Amino acid sequence: MRARTLSTTVAGAAALALALTACGGGGGGDQADDGTITIGVKYDQPGLGLEEGSGQPAGFDVDVATYIAGELGYEPDQIEWTEAASANRETFLQQGTVDMVVATYSITDERKQLVDFAGPYYVAQQDILVQAENEDVAAAEDLEGRTLCSASGSRSAETITETMGIGAELRETQNYSECLQLLTDGQVDAVTTDNTILAGYAAQQAGEFKLLGLEMQEERYGVGLPKGSTERCEEVNAAIAQMYEDGSAEEFLNANFGEAEFEYSTEQPEADGCA
Amino acid sequence: MEAFLANFNVVIDGFSWTIRLTAISAVFSFALGIVLTAMRVSPVPLLRLMASVYVEAVRNTPLTLVLLFCGLGLNSALGLSFAESVEWNVYWLAVLGLSAYTACFVSEALRSGVNTIPFGQIEAARSLGLTFMQNMRLIVLPQALRSVIGPLGSVLIALTKNTTVASVAGLGVQEASREMKLMFDQGVVPVLPTFIGFAIGFLVLCLPMGWIFGTLSKRMAVAR
Repeated sequence: MRARTLSTTVAGAAALALALTACGGGGGGDQADDGTITIGVKYDQPGLGLEEGSGQPAGFDVDVATYIAGELGYEPDQIEWTEAASANRETFLQQGTVDMVVATYSITDERKQLVDFAGPYYVAQQDILVQAENEDVAAAEDLEGRTLCSASGSRSAETITETMGIGAELRETQNYSECLQLLTDGQVDAVTTDNTILAGYAAQQAGEFKLLGLEMQEERYGVGLPKGSTERCEEVNAAIAQMYEDGSAEEFLNANFGEAEFEYSTEQPEADGCA
Repeated sequence: MEAFLANFNVVIDGFSWTIRLTAISAVFSFALGIVLTAMRVSPVPLLRLMASVYVEAVRNTPLTLVLLFCGLGLNSALGLSFAESVEWNVYWLAVLGLSAYTACFVSEALRSGVNTIPFGQIEAARSLGLTFMQNMRLIVLPQALRSVIGPLGSVLIALTKNTTVASVAGLGVQEASREMKLMFDQGVVPVLPTFIGFAIGFLVLCLPMGWIFGTLSKRMAVAR
């Protein structure tokens, strides 16, 4: 009898949990109607999107997102920020958890099948970060026989070891903060990923690291939108053009990467056009 | 499911590292566990204290922290390295962390086994003139081990699943769950079938363990 009571309770709780998640999923899509916009950004990427307590992120992506939202008619206090990790960006857009993703989200053909992209709003280049006093590594080829750090799941390391065929040993970590720690301690010789991400870390500890300024692989950062939002996509593209025209883009870049001696590009990347 | 099966060699490769981590860590943690148990029941108070402090400290620390300490503390900050190649260096660092952690649970299981032995036996052995080491080797450990085969099986299963932490905690060891996350990151596979596929993989590893240890513990039980 007791066992039955327990199982009923469990079943009830499970049903309740299901109902709650169902509500959460369904209610997210029409958040724009109540006068707010939900934007997914990174919370762990210095210089791009980093949470600095109280759920308020800061960084280049956040500045861009705020500007775009402004052009779409949302005041900064009408923006609800949500953390978007690399792995859940598509899911967030498909399920309507967020209205927009601005999270170092590279435009690729695979992703285009799942979501729509506006932009790109910035074209990052894959680059290499080394210790400031390192004179031995000046190009990707110098990494032959050295140790390279990259975050698990990033394609950047493959560009060097497979596409370019350079025999560097790979140390994988969970995130780039760990790579930077390993680089500081000299366990790895170099860290590779998008120059924006590297510059974000380098700016945190100015003078410790240097970017090599290479252009190995383009990463075209787009604004992720749910599939089928062509109209919204056009609006976002207009906002991005406006952002570059009135100099806001340069201002954002300088504010977030100025410390890193990072030669960012201030020209608007050519828009892809909306499908 | 096709996309998952198309990546089957990746899955197998991931699990092969899971097995390597589990097997070697199991050997080391078993050895260290026996030493710790011997220390905890030894007549020397200092040894007892040291073993207790170690077990309580490491057992109550999250495994993620233990492995992060191995990766960022021992390796990065203190420069400890086990191998020339990164791949094996992080592997041995992970084995170190997993063994240090699992040994506590092995030791606790063994100690409960030791406690099942009637004290009269140990007194009898002492009165026959057996030294502490002889007493452990001939009287205590054989009986203690036989009575804790079941719990040790649980420890081994926990260790198998704990290897998944080794890819996230500053080390990036290749193992099954890392391959799973990579497959998600590349966006090549549907999420649910992949989750289920990897879960089945762990079932395939762990179910026989539970079964073997269960059977063994029945067979080897000390009749009292």
